[in-house]
Amino acid sequence: MGDLLAVTVDGVLYASWLFIIAAGLTLIYGVMRILNMAHGSLYALGAYAAASLAGAWLRGGHAPMGSYAMLAAAAILVGLVMGPLIERGLLRFCYGKDEVVLVLVTYALFLMLEDAVKLVWGVEAYFVAEPYGLLGSVELGPLSYPVYSGILVLAAVGVGVALLYAVTRTKHGKLLLAVIHDREMSAAMGIDVNRIYLVTFTAGTMLAAIGGALTAPTVSVLPGMGVEVIVLAFAVVVIGGLGSMPGAALGALIVGLVRSAAVHWLPQVELFSIYLVMALVLVFRPRGLFVAAEARKI
Amino acid sequence: MSAGAPPRLWPRLGLALLVTLAVVPFLPKWAAFLVTLALAKGLVALGLLLLMRTGLVSFGQGLYYGIGAYAAGMGASALELGDAVPLVLLGATAAGLVALLLGLLLARYRTIFFAMLSLAFSMIFYGLLVKTSALGSTDGFNVAARSTFGLPTTSPVGRFGVYGLGALVVFVGAASLDRYLRSHLGRLAPAIRDNELRVEYMGASVRNVVHLHLVLAAVLAGAGGALTALAVGHVDPETTYWTTSGEFVFVAILSGTGSVAAPFVGALLLELLRSFAYEHAPNTWQLVVGASMLAVILFLPEGLWSVFRRRRRAA
Amino acid sequence: MRPWSRSLAATAVLSTLLLAGAAVAQAPAPAAEVKPFKIGVVTFLSGGAAGPFGVPARNAAEVVVEALNGGKLPAPHAAKGLGGRAIEVVFIDEAGGPTTQVAEYRNLVQRQNVDAVIGYISSGDCLAVAPVAEELKKLTLLFDCGTPRIFEEGTYRYVFRTAPHATLDNVAAALYVTETMPKTRKVAGINQNYAWGQDSWTDFEASMKVLRPDVQITTSQMPKLGAGQYGAEISALMSGSPDIVHSSFWGGDLDAFVLQAAPRGLFKKSVAVFTAGETAMYKLAGQIPDGTIIGARGANGVYAPDNALNGWFRTAYTDRYSLPPVYPSYRMAQAILGLKAAYEKAQAGGAAPDQDKIIAALEGLTFESPSGTVKMALGKGHQAVSEAVYGTVKNVKGKITFVNVKRYPAEKVLPPEGVKSADWIKSSLKK
Repeated sequence: MGDLLAVTVDGVLYASWLFIIAAGLTLIYGVMRILNMAHGSLYALGAYAAASLAGAWLRGGHAPMGSYAMLAAAAILVGLVMGPLIERGLLRFCYGKDEVVLVLVTYALFLMLEDAVKLVWGVEAYFVAEPYGLLGSVELGPLSYPVYSGILVLAAVGVGVALLYAVTRTKHGKLLLAVIHDREMSAAMGIDVNRIYLVTFTAGTMLAAIGGALTAPTVSVLPGMGVEVIVLAFAVVVIGGLGSMPGAALGALIVGLVRSAAVHWLPQVELFSIYLVMALVLVFRPRGLFVAAEARKI
Repeated sequence: MSAGAPPRLWPRLGLALLVTLAVVPFLPKWAAFLVTLALAKGLVALGLLLLMRTGLVSFGQGLYYGIGAYAAGMGASALELGDAVPLVLLGATAAGLVALLLGLLLARYRTIFFAMLSLAFSMIFYGLLVKTSALGSTDGFNVAARSTFGLPTTSPVGRFGVYGLGALVVFVGAASLDRYLRSHLGRLAPAIRDNELRVEYMGASVRNVVHLHLVLAAVLAGAGGALTALAVGHVDPETTYWTTSGEFVFVAILSGTGSVAAPFVGALLLELLRSFAYEHAPNTWQLVVGASMLAVILFLPEGLWSVFRRRRRAA
Repeated sequence: MRPWSRSLAATAVLSTLLLAGAAVAQAPAPAAEVKPFKIGVVTFLSGGAAGPFGVPARNAAEVVVEALNGGKLPAPHAAKGLGGRAIEVVFIDEAGGPTTQVAEYRNLVQRQNVDAVIGYISSGDCLAVAPVAEELKKLTLLFDCGTPRIFEEGTYRYVFRTAPHATLDNVAAALYVTETMPKTRKVAGINQNYAWGQDSWTDFEASMKVLRPDVQITTSQMPKLGAGQYGAEISALMSGSPDIVHSSFWGGDLDAFVLQAAPRGLFKKSVAVFTAGETAMYKLAGQIPDGTIIGARGANGVYAPDNALNGWFRTAYTDRYSLPPVYPSYRMAQAILGLKAAYEKAQAGGAAPDQDKIIAALEGLTFESPSGTVKMALGKGHQAVSEAVYGTVKNVKGKITFVNVKRYPAEKVLPPEGVKSADWIKSSLKK
């Protein structure tokens, strides 16, 4: 059943890509209760930075292998610059507002970033295709896959493990859990909530940028590339349960496999397969797969 | 918010209706269209206002807006209804019926999950429309009403038919919603938002109230969609896309939930802002619109309507 | 203030705002004898269609209008502006969907008082704007949108389309494939899941079945517009080992598809037919393999004829934007020059013609553009026809060249007047 193999491989590859992006979204929501609409723009910024940096590196005639380092550098750079800029410059003035108002704040930010990107990079497409084919490909039955896709899977697993370790095994992670559980109590206990927020938002931004930077070699980097990503990532985290990291992983896997099965066996339903899955999951698990029911307050 | 017993709103809304109708001949033609569009979109936001007072935000109102628009469009082409009035009624009814059905499920949901499930439904509908080439897929199809209240669209008065109809629907919608919000049932809305369990202890069924509000909001959105379709003369699946739903949430929040008149003021200001940004900054209008939104959220946390409210307190 | 007066004040404030806006917008025109001819140009300036389509079209409008006002075009368009009258252009972003575009169209006509509108890349916007143009009685030239529905389902007086519709692209692609690859049996498609992609595939599939009844469709993939990730689709395409893969992809989606499919060897197994591939070929020169079949939606871009007008356009555009013009640029130039030709015909040496005269002149007009001779032959003289061109890629030292270029006259790739495209294809492409 070569088909099944292809469906699985395609599904897992797509899921890895989705997970990296969704992980940042769910992290920010879990800690800060902000459903970040600008996540897609940060993903696009990561892609732009990667295309610019790696492109400059390759044009400069340096060793092509170094372009991978450039992709990583671009993501880190975007995270370190944009994360604190947005959190300190805008979001901190909005804490305490309604969740929906925060969604609107990030939507306004998304609109502004879309134009800002255009002002900096113009509307022309940017390419940095070399890293995609550089590592050769492997044959799986009648199909061949670039080794680069493997990097994407490794990166997704790496991101998952790193986040799990950081949250459950480090002091910072435990403080983070305390803040998630009860923000006011944590502040009263002397936890610097503001710092936790800053670090979280920067990490989330960096994850979006990593997603963008790793995608850059497989696409042309253009205005508007972040729009589609937002709703997809939303669907993933809602299926998994908002704020849950294992949920995001499972959600990404489900969406990836369902989409890939649809493409192979029933291309007609691909367009709404993801929303169908989301609706079905919510019908049976109203708060997503990994979130327990909330206690009712009297 | 609705503390005390504020004076009934309908006389003032009636006055606003008369003014809206009276200024038509003096308005430039392009503005008459923008006002019609704002009235139609304001209706959807009015439905959201009801939901928000109940503690719910829907990211999927585009579903009902789109159903209203398509029902009106198909009523005009397939059923050969020529007059705008039955088309708007058809749009509102169709949306209400769908909400009646989906409400069986949706009424159990709250917060972001309610928002996302609504979004999922609207996106599934979007997918179905895109797949339906008989309805023109993403290109949609043209809609034309031949008359409004029997006045042909070619006559001098009939040309403003949809505008007048919009103003009338808005008056009826806003005045009855205002009346409803003051009724016994309507006053449960903020109570449900604040604490559902207590409302249940009082013997009221939260789910039924929420279900009713879903249907009411859908009827308003359906009427708004039908009006848009008639004013624009075209329907397409973009009406059900998540960005359209997002725009309605915007209008509702930027306007504030203080008064049933707020969504219409907010919708009109947003249409004007967008349109002048398109004209004067065609390459950077998103920057202008985004920055204006941020400014409202940061400096007018109660929404645009609070400008009028504050002045009243000062006076 | 009392509540009554408050709502009155609110309404008054808003009305004043509207009226003030109107006053600003309708600033009195200078009392010159002949004021410039004002054209509203609508094309995508934001979003995914801006880079590949919208901005190259806007750039073309800027180059052509500036040169026209300076009288720098070669014959037959050497006269300054429109028959000596200067041209003024205002740009509007096409983003936001048909509802927004209808509002903006009304603003262009009623607030900015343009003399004509040239625009619209999206077919949905074209379909929505056309009836409004009739209502407002304003000359409107659709320059790029593809759907044949506009003049096959409606009759318009004020609306023209100065470029052929999309049926041509896919019928010509099918003809080209059957002629150059006679052994083709297995065909697959990947098209975006919206009207343009669906129509393109329907037309192509139907044409192939007419031309080669034993053709077998292995799969028809329809990913969402703007999906960006095509891993699974590429696998599905490859597992059927089709002889050719048809795609009407454009912009970022086309780029991403080529970038993802090339390293996986799809193009080694199957020949790709990109009906709108021309916009991508300059940037992706290294990725597009030899043998790929590429269209430019008519005799545009690389397929444009070797005449003085095209020579001028190519040089002027490339000098200013350091990239060669692509087919949306050509189509924009075509619309402006069509308007110019009609204006000057209506003027006939006399005074500035009114709109009715321009319309009468444009109906059924034949005019010269950088893409060759254009004839307003269909839709009662409102729909242009022109030849279709396809060619096969041959990479020569990193530069894309074309071999086996075939030109199809309009009659071979477009239905005759009064016949719908879909019916015409089904009736075996016969006249």
